[in-house]
Amino acid sequence: MKKLFAMLLALAMVLGLAACGGGSGDSQASGGGSGSGKVVKIGVFEPATGDSGAGGKQEMLGMQYANKETPTVEINGETYNVELVYADNASDAAKAPTAASQLVSQDVSLVLGTYGSGCAIAGGPVFGEAGLAAIGVTCTNPGVTAGNDYYFRICFLDPFQGTVLANFATEKFSAKKAYLLGELGNDYDQGLLNYFEQAFDGECVKASFPTNTSDFSTYLNQAVAEGADVIFCPVSIAYSTQIVKLAASMGLETPILGSDTLDSNMVLEAAKGSKVQLFVSTFYQEGGAPEFDSGIKAWLAEDSTAMTNNGGNDTIAAVTAMGYDAYYVALEALKAAGSPDKGAVKAALPSLQYTGVSGAIAFDDVGDAIRDTAYIKTADNAAGAWTLETVQTAK
Amino acid sequence: MQYAISILLSGVSLGGQYALIAIGYTMVYGILRLINFAHGDVFMVAGLMMVYLTASLPLAVSIPLVLILTVLLGFIIERAAYKPLREAPRMSVMISAIGVSYLLQNLATYVTGGLPKMYPEIPGISNTITIAGAPTKVVTVVTPILVLVLVVALTQLINHTKVGMAMRAVAKDFETAQLMGIKINAVISVTFIIGSFLAAVGSVLYFTNYQSIVPLSGALPGLRAFVAAVFGGIGSIPGAVVGAFIIGISESVIKGSSWSIFSDAFTFALLIIILVVKPTGLFGEKVTDKV
Amino acid sequence: MKKTVNKSTWIGLACAAALLVLVIVLENVLDPNKNIMVFAALKKGAVYALVAVSMNLLNGFTGLFSLGQAGFMLLGAYTYAILTIPVSQRDAVYYIYNGSAINFSLPELFGGGAVGLVLGVVIALILGGCVAAVVAWLIGLPVLRLKSDYLAIATLGFGEIIRAVFQWDKLGPVTNGANALKNFPTFSSFNIQNGAGETVLRLSTFTAFLLAGICIAIIVLLINSTYGRAFKAIRDDEVAAEAMGINLSKHKRLAFVISSFFAGVGGGMFAMFANQAQAKTFTTAMTYEILLIVVIGGIGSVSGSCIAAFLYVAASEWWLRFLDAETFIGGVKVPLLRNGFRMVVFSVVIMIVVLFFRRGIMGDKELPDLLRRHRKEGAK
Repeated sequence: MKKLFAMLLALAMVLGLAACGGGSGDSQASGGGSGSGKVVKIGVFEPATGDSGAGGKQEMLGMQYANKETPTVEINGETYNVELVYADNASDAAKAPTAASQLVSQDVSLVLGTYGSGCAIAGGPVFGEAGLAAIGVTCTNPGVTAGNDYYFRICFLDPFQGTVLANFATEKFSAKKAYLLGELGNDYDQGLLNYFEQAFDGECVKASFPTNTSDFSTYLNQAVAEGADVIFCPVSIAYSTQIVKLAASMGLETPILGSDTLDSNMVLEAAKGSKVQLFVSTFYQEGGAPEFDSGIKAWLAEDSTAMTNNGGNDTIAAVTAMGYDAYYVALEALKAAGSPDKGAVKAALPSLQYTGVSGAIAFDDVGDAIRDTAYIKTADNAAGAWTLETVQTAK
Repeated sequence: MQYAISILLSGVSLGGQYALIAIGYTMVYGILRLINFAHGDVFMVAGLMMVYLTASLPLAVSIPLVLILTVLLGFIIERAAYKPLREAPRMSVMISAIGVSYLLQNLATYVTGGLPKMYPEIPGISNTITIAGAPTKVVTVVTPILVLVLVVALTQLINHTKVGMAMRAVAKDFETAQLMGIKINAVISVTFIIGSFLAAVGSVLYFTNYQSIVPLSGALPGLRAFVAAVFGGIGSIPGAVVGAFIIGISESVIKGSSWSIFSDAFTFALLIIILVVKPTGLFGEKVTDKV
Repeated sequence: MKKTVNKSTWIGLACAAALLVLVIVLENVLDPNKNIMVFAALKKGAVYALVAVSMNLLNGFTGLFSLGQAGFMLLGAYTYAILTIPVSQRDAVYYIYNGSAINFSLPELFGGGAVGLVLGVVIALILGGCVAAVVAWLIGLPVLRLKSDYLAIATLGFGEIIRAVFQWDKLGPVTNGANALKNFPTFSSFNIQNGAGETVLRLSTFTAFLLAGICIAIIVLLINSTYGRAFKAIRDDEVAAEAMGINLSKHKRLAFVISSFFAGVGGGMFAMFANQAQAKTFTTAMTYEILLIVVIGGIGSVSGSCIAAFLYVAASEWWLRFLDAETFIGGVKVPLLRNGFRMVVFSVVIMIVVLFFRRGIMGDKELPDLLRRHRKEGAK
């Protein structure tokens, strides 16, 4: 019996490996069966699980909505149906290469994503090797595009974001001392902390918490005891909800500064009804493009799954707007390329220009977006909404 | 001063919550010689059940329901995943425990869709009070008291009831206890029921303090509680409680210092030192190897 | 008897050689993009096979229950990465720390080019293994005195401590702190390109197989040596082994150090597969994954660990992926299918294996044993 089982498993493996060529061909054919006409595929390389799952899902919402709004694209006189192909990288750099390979094997024309720079860095070489262009939506770490010709991005970078927030802390609160809190071993958090520290004119106290921490009271108490004027915590959504919730229950008066990850309605929800002063730097402010706002809200109201993925209400996260823009940039790239061929798309990207809901998008030599504007929003805790505090530009 | 008190307070409340989880570890280990890796995840699932139940039921119903369901979960896990492996080598059972932990985490990811869930406010213990200038939640004060009450009750149960005597006998010598007519399976089930019940109580206290739940929320408290159980001498309930408070407070102190990066590392370093210097922990009995 | 051993060794070598040739042929015949999943799974499988076999050496053959594998892989991965990042890339990789404290790169020291690459990578991998082995030796001094579960939890603790040390930003100029190390030679660097930059011969999967194969072969030789027999004696009965004149502490330490060495090499190879090395990927969860592979393959079976590694990687990251996608068949939405379902199904499968096929795929048998038995039964 055991032997039979062993043999069967071994056989299954051999067959599986042998049949792979035919197998992936089949899935390709069946995948394109939705509707008539030709199909062009856009890969969505986003985390749907893991600690960046919440952010990844909101980013995907923007793409899904844009796909619903404009499901076809005209390439060289022919109309193609656009199909989004998903691969979950589970917010894990160890799983990212296989997820990226999955997209490559499905013959997508280009890739959008990912939320979280770590996975983008791990998946990038796979795309590069396959000659497939990827457009980073909100991965802000400089390492994503540096040294990889095939990775582009439409958002600003961490050095810029860190500087903007440091300047804001000085201007708004005349802060002399900042408490910096990030996740241990997370390149996103630690990178931003570093840039903030470099740009900040004053004293910085740094602390890091281990992954899966849920007790932040010591850290916040430490910030108070140190007499910090601001707390800067550019952490992922799962941690920031806890930090903000805790700050709310402690009645913390020190303002909390956050990066683009904190621009989420789950964080907003956590701050609601409290006295927490929360400021985040982000890519988009609701009201910037009224048509997009009302459209996506109507869609969210219709689609209950989408609503759940957005955290249960219809506040639009900046990452959603960025996902929306990324989808249109992808369509523009396809149009400019004149063919769904990935090589042509890659060649068309560097000279592409597009004005989306989050502003004008163009790429520099490295493949980074040329952007000099960040929105700083503050949480209106009575209404449970974001209000625009100021618009910061690079100096 | 206020800072010192606030650190001590969060250390004490952490310690109390670890203690409730650690008792589950220590009892199971004492009887089955099994590191129940799934215990931390049972704790997480208890928290998630609370989130989903309070969405449709009043608190007065959902809290007892969560306790009952968690106990049921612990019982089912033991029957499904550990009982069939009673005669197997210890490593197989431990791997089964890792498998259950993996399954619970993945199931939680699937159900929540990977989104953090907010634990409901529980009137009374969610309120904020100020102790010597340090703001904290009522639950911080309630935790150590509740832990003390539960531990005293548990010690009474173990020392003065028939089930307790059976448990002690099984922990002492598995085979002999069996020969003496003790229903091993029933005793083990009771152990898991008590452990899960305490984990459920712990989860109410813990998540009232730290309200966001993700599928991995149980992993870290679980590991720390286990370290606490080993530290105090595995198999010993007072040991687990004392160990949990020591681990909780020292973790809190390290986090408040400039060495916060090493708070986890410190916990483990402490564990290794204890294991090397006094392998049976603070209160553990000296066991002689049976050849 | 002696003759049959020789014969089976030759058969084993021939099979391994045939497998390697098959890998080269497959990789160059099949469309590299359509079939990229196959090769990704094969590469990761090869890496995991090596790490699983190294863990099996300790857990299955010596009976020491250690959970520090991810920590040793981390050491190997970082050593490999730090030693092989090209000097010109160092500023970009260590951008936060304004350049690296170590300013040489092994492939370049050996003159660059193909020779430099091969020599540099191999030496860096071996050094990665050595670092892991030295650390293992140090850790082993206090820890190996502990018994079963205590040893497991102590080694697990060491894994966590190592991770925290590598993430410490004071060591940033060497370890790059929280940031990933990248831009070092990966498996794909072994693809041979012509002058125009087109790939003429793909050797990336072959490289992974070759490296893992050599290491596993060494472990097999070790297991079949006097030392291997001593390890098994310790596993079966420590007291009896000691009575037979086996130096317990020496052999335990030896097994621990050797296992860590190969875990370190495996870690370096994992970095080559993942295109980056970052401390946060080497978690306890990774150790559990490898432990599950060992168990599924059969504790004490090298070929079992290898087969299980490929099955595990392929199932979890490739074959079951369709379970994550919302699928419509004939306009009806298939229930349950959505993100995360893949891992639920996968963990249920693992539980079934653990509970009902307790001895794993191979038990403690090896592939040749099974075949031989078949032949005998056929002859009857």
